[in-house]
Amino acid sequence: MKSLTRVLVFISVTLMLSAYFLPLWHILLDAPQYPEGLEMKIWLNGLSGNIAQINGLNHYIGMKFIVADDFKEFKFLPYIFGGLTIIGLTAAITKSRKLLWTWFIGLCLFAIIGFSDFYMWEYNYGHKLNPHAAIKVEGMNYQPPLFGYKQLLNFTAGSLPDTGGILVGLGGALAAAALFYKPGLRK
Amino acid sequence: MKRTIFNLFTLMSGISALLLTYSCKPGKVDSSLDADAARKVYVAPGKYDEIYAFLSGGFSGQVAVYGIPSGRLLKVLPVFSQNAENGYGYSEETKPMLNTSHGFVPWDDAHHPELSKTNGEDDGRWLFINGNNTPRIARINLATFKTDEIIELPNIGGNHASPFCTENTEYVVGNTRFSEPLDNSDGNVPLDSYKQNFKGAVSFVKVDKDNGNMSLAFQLLVPPFNYDLAHAGKGPSHDWIFFTCYNTEEAHTLLEVNASQHDKDFVMAVNWKKAEQLIKEGKGTKIKAKYAHNIYNESTHTATSTLENETQTLDVTKFPGLVYYMPCPKSPHGIDVTPDGEYMAASGKLAAVIPVFSFKKMLAAIDKKDYEGMVSGDLPVLKYEHVLHGEVKKPGLGPLHTEFDGKGYGYTTMFVSSEIVKWKIDNLEIIDRIPAYYSPGHLSIVGGDSEKPFGKYLLALNKITKDRYLPTGPELAQACQLIDISGNKMKLLLDFPTIGEPHYAQMIPAEKILKNQVKFFKIEENKNAYVTKSEKETKVVRNGNRVDVYMTAIRSHLAPDNIEGIKIGDEVYVHVTNLEQDWDVPHGFAIKGNNNAELLIMPGETCTLKWVPGQTGIVPFYCTDFCSALHQEMQGYFRVSPAGSNVPLKFSIGVNPVTE
Repeated sequence: MKSLTRVLVFISVTLMLSAYFLPLWHILLDAPQYPEGLEMKIWLNGLSGNIAQINGLNHYIGMKFIVADDFKEFKFLPYIFGGLTIIGLTAAITKSRKLLWTWFIGLCLFAIIGFSDFYMWEYNYGHKLNPHAAIKVEGMNYQPPLFGYKQLLNFTAGSLPDTGGILVGLGGALAAAALFYKPGLRK
Repeated sequence: MKRTIFNLFTLMSGISALLLTYSCKPGKVDSSLDADAARKVYVAPGKYDEIYAFLSGGFSGQVAVYGIPSGRLLKVLPVFSQNAENGYGYSEETKPMLNTSHGFVPWDDAHHPELSKTNGEDDGRWLFINGNNTPRIARINLATFKTDEIIELPNIGGNHASPFCTENTEYVVGNTRFSEPLDNSDGNVPLDSYKQNFKGAVSFVKVDKDNGNMSLAFQLLVPPFNYDLAHAGKGPSHDWIFFTCYNTEEAHTLLEVNASQHDKDFVMAVNWKKAEQLIKEGKGTKIKAKYAHNIYNESTHTATSTLENETQTLDVTKFPGLVYYMPCPKSPHGIDVTPDGEYMAASGKLAAVIPVFSFKKMLAAIDKKDYEGMVSGDLPVLKYEHVLHGEVKKPGLGPLHTEFDGKGYGYTTMFVSSEIVKWKIDNLEIIDRIPAYYSPGHLSIVGGDSEKPFGKYLLALNKITKDRYLPTGPELAQACQLIDISGNKMKLLLDFPTIGEPHYAQMIPAEKILKNQVKFFKIEENKNAYVTKSEKETKVVRNGNRVDVYMTAIRSHLAPDNIEGIKIGDEVYVHVTNLEQDWDVPHGFAIKGNNNAELLIMPGETCTLKWVPGQTGIVPFYCTDFCSALHQEMQGYFRVSPAGSNVPLKFSIGVNPVTE
């Protein structure tokens, strides 16, 4: 294993550690009467932001209240992600290409499963509405976008990576670079 | 190396894609600010505004008068709330105005100003406004800008669907937002007996066409729905008045959810002419009801309060042909009749369309007994499709209220999507939309609910201001936006904060009000029981522990200004007559430490301030309205002695060498 690869892995791991103290993702809500906007930040182990206000608005359309305790994911995500990071670190220390692959595939799976899970939550919140809600709009669901912006009644809903998510993404890109960039072969 | 560059390139494009997504956020709608707005709202110093706007103060209980297009506040008119600054509701003359069957209620929640109409046109004589809380209707005289009359309405919970008037102000109406058992029944019933024991009562208050005096003519007993708003027909629909009903679920708890279950509620059409006829024929049932009727007399400058004890009712289920229901999409709020009286636009606040009903079709459906069912046993519900002129499709979110410009267009507020939508009455097509800041409730067009709208200006009356003005702590000003509707596109002109909640407004060309303005009250016509028509007649009279001070005010002295012999335990009534006979020379009157208020006395008027002295010593009194160059000298003293003291009652004013 080239030292450049190991450096890339170290940088990648460092970037990924930001997930423990920076939010990964956020959902933004903007409406005419909310010029200041509302946001919900998603962390590796919980939620923060204007959740009470968002729940307060969502009750009109019969959406289930968003409560961090409902997400079992927040209980074990920090450990899985920690395990993955240790694998990456071990790969760099032991110079094991096999472990490097394990780490990379683990990260990919983590991302795929993570996004699918996120989508499922969004789908359920957006579709499973209380039939007795005050506001019922025919054919309307309130599923926020997975990525990007979407108009939901008077709200523009945005779903985008937050600082931690961006750093983790960069870390992932570096992990890929460490695996696929082989300067030795170019000689 | 190339590979490195390639990889870096991939990385960079990934980041820029991300940044692009951030910057691709859908933009906000353009504010449509008129490029020439400043010129259009500028009223040069010394010039008059073109329009009077009367804005209700909502929870302030008052009415605010603004000049349009400048948005300048001209006056806050006290109606339902005490007003310490001029003594309204504190002075002996005006205290009876706020009397009710519940005693003195010095506040209310004032929602809908309504200008009196003649032939369906605003005539500039009176402004009516409802007290939503303790059900009342007030009449303001637009010659003096004073509240002249307040009548309480019995048998109802909250007078919200009020005080909309018929085409010639034959009646102003009231209807309940909270159905409840009738006052003469034993109201001590379980709340879950709502469906059996609760009732709605539509009040028809007769307005005398000469002096405006109101009297409760009759009440129609209707199902216990919540009645939101009303508008009377005009022209062909003259005999009818329409009310929106929500909570047709008849829920009595958590209405937010329980009253939002039906996909359609109702517009209730009432044939008031027929009801009037039935009453004339003696078909009404007299029932006991306690309600106050307060009238301010302009020549005595004094209000009297009378407690009435009876009203006449008609149970609509017993008189077929009196009311019909038209299904209306979800929780309707406003019901607005087009200037020609042919169409009624209703706005279901939770509906996705604005249904526009046709009066002709309604009559035809009634003729053919085209019913889809019955309400409360035998009250017919007409078929929705058969009474519908059409629906304005995809108007926006949360349609609330509509007014008209007289050129074939309706303008509807969208509370949730925070905008005003302009649509064409004949083909129901949407022509234009403009954002409001934020969440407009009512809107007002000059003459917009009348037979001959003046048009030109539209006011959006908003519920939320958030970031529109310099912040003032947690409680922010509410506001409205002035919009130019003279062209095809609506143009924003001005944004200005208001007093209280600008719930609804009515606007009228200034000339209709200007011509009747009273500049001062003639002193010779002052019939106040305690008037003092000249300084020579001033006196102080003791009667037991009651002391009456007959005082005059003229630039720049109060007479008498030295009063001795007041004792602890006395109740002092100071009757101040303003002797001035000129425009814009009010005098104020205030006593140190008075647990009451101060007075503002208009020229030729007499006002009485009650004062119960609490401490011995010297107590100054003075004029609080900067009346003249020597205003600061306009003052005097009371000497307050202990109870039982033998200081004689004495009053005087120094000799004036100039006038002697």
